[in-house]
Amino acid sequence: MAGIAVLCEVQGGEIAKGSLGVLEEAARLGAALGEPVEAIVCGSGLDDAAMGALGGFGASKVRVADDAALASGIAQPVVDACASAQESGQYRYWLAGASIMAADAMAGLAARLGAGIVIDAVELHAEGGALVTRRSGLGDSVLAHCGFTTPVGVVVTRSNAFAATEGTGGSAPVERFSPSFKAYSQAVQLVGHEDAEDSGPDIGAAEVLVAGGRGLGDAAGFGPIEECAAAFGGAVAATRAVVDAGWYPYSAQVGQTGKTVTPKLYIACGISGAIQHKVGMQGSGTIVAINKDKNAPIFDYADFGIVGDVTTVVPKLTELIKARG
Amino acid sequence: MRIAICVKEVPDPTAEKRIDAGTNRLVRSGENTLNPYDRHAIEAAVQIKEGPAPDTEITVVTVGPESASRSVDRALAQGGDQSVHIADDAAAGSDLLGTARILAAALKRGGYDLILLGQQAADSESYVMAGMVAELLELPCVTQAASIELGDGAVTVKRQVETGYDTVKATTPCVVSVSDAINDPRYPPLPAIMGAKRKPHEVLSLADLGVDAGAVGAAGAGTSVSGLSKPEGRGDTIVIEDDGSAAEQLVAFLIEKKVVA
Repeated sequence: MAGIAVLCEVQGGEIAKGSLGVLEEAARLGAALGEPVEAIVCGSGLDDAAMGALGGFGASKVRVADDAALASGIAQPVVDACASAQESGQYRYWLAGASIMAADAMAGLAARLGAGIVIDAVELHAEGGALVTRRSGLGDSVLAHCGFTTPVGVVVTRSNAFAATEGTGGSAPVERFSPSFKAYSQAVQLVGHEDAEDSGPDIGAAEVLVAGGRGLGDAAGFGPIEECAAAFGGAVAATRAVVDAGWYPYSAQVGQTGKTVTPKLYIACGISGAIQHKVGMQGSGTIVAINKDKNAPIFDYADFGIVGDVTTVVPKLTELIKARG
Repeated sequence: MRIAICVKEVPDPTAEKRIDAGTNRLVRSGENTLNPYDRHAIEAAVQIKEGPAPDTEITVVTVGPESASRSVDRALAQGGDQSVHIADDAAAGSDLLGTARILAAALKRGGYDLILLGQQAADSESYVMAGMVAELLELPCVTQAASIELGDGAVTVKRQVETGYDTVKATTPCVVSVSDAINDPRYPPLPAIMGAKRKPHEVLSLADLGVDAGAVGAAGAGTSVSGLSKPEGRGDTIVIEDDGSAAEQLVAFLIEKKVVA
């Protein structure tokens, strides 16, 4: 086994930013381990020149599986493609960023290869000639130094763990390969897609975000949140759970799916603070949490926490901020 | 139809969690509870049984020490009909790969039409079990289901992805992990809690499933933990209980931090 394969995702015809960051980190790791790094791209109608540009982010070779079966973004055909790439490439490690598709694909690949899998890796280190990850645990209170005992190791990194640079502008040779697909991998069909609406205020630009989660109780619970955001001159954000439940529009969603935000002030109201939410807002300047559950994980990464009822605390906060003008 | 739900017992989030410095494993000696995310999968199965498929039989499947039977009962109280519990000392220390192998062996034996999981485990924040189990069973897999609709030999699932919402159709049998937004799980009434113990419980060893003990547990783990360190934190967190003055205290804090003028 030799070399590092990085699954690079295509979103809207372009390589996902998250994948570029992982590829660059893999290149640093590969240099330390003396292992070449290859980018694996799965999709349909992919352009060789665009894929070759991954060379500017550390890939020594770009291997492209271009097949209609890979057009939908469903994970299992990608597992087949990665397994085909593994057969010819005999990679020692597989790396991917934590998108929903990539995590599902790496799960399937690890199971098929009988490979150890580490998820939520936040650092990649070369130690004793091998990859040893740092895997965050117990609500980010500890980092486990996690390596592999199997010939192949699979790593899913935490989303946003590795920021991409602009790249060197270089390119790498592109090699196309044809995966063989399993019948069960093609038994999930995409039958519909609704694009995320991108209307409403741009939460990415707001200096203050007042965010609501399931703890608001229902869609009407966002009323006081909107008033509070207005008092601060900020915008309203929401968690995946409340967006999925239809309480607030997708355009306001912060988290792993959704936006990554870095406002000066982030006020989390009725948000428990699962890791998928945290990765979208942990770069915020000051984090305030208001939640009636004192054990909510959000308190582990807030600067100021209030154990209390959002329906009484938030309106009071709004009045106090309004009074300051 | 036959539905299996994979559940996990996790440390109670209200209990102090720690990692044993000798074994680098999570200490599970404190109070444990049913993984809260699994309750959404159970609720989804119960809604199928109450709605389109009344002849549905719901089996709760878990891997864990014998003491995990309390969480199995909790899952049955919420609407399961029977349980399969793989309790074997050799399964202790299983990583994701080992757990997936044991679950797959137990699920293969059951011949289920639909295998449901919660979106993640609350203790390890692991969200890959559905994809791993599906691959080992060579079944179609859909994760993050925000709704499940039964069809003829298929399920239609709406799921959130990075670019919006996908609707996908998977032939059954298949593996589906459900988002925590799919439903609001009901709390079981007292008679259901009392009755759970009397439902059929099957306790199996690895040998019963024909699982090689060397391929699972600590011996078969594909990952190893060589050390622990402390991440850089955000610094101190001030946490106050609202006594009526919390908003005032927060504003004072924001002024001190120069976040508000």
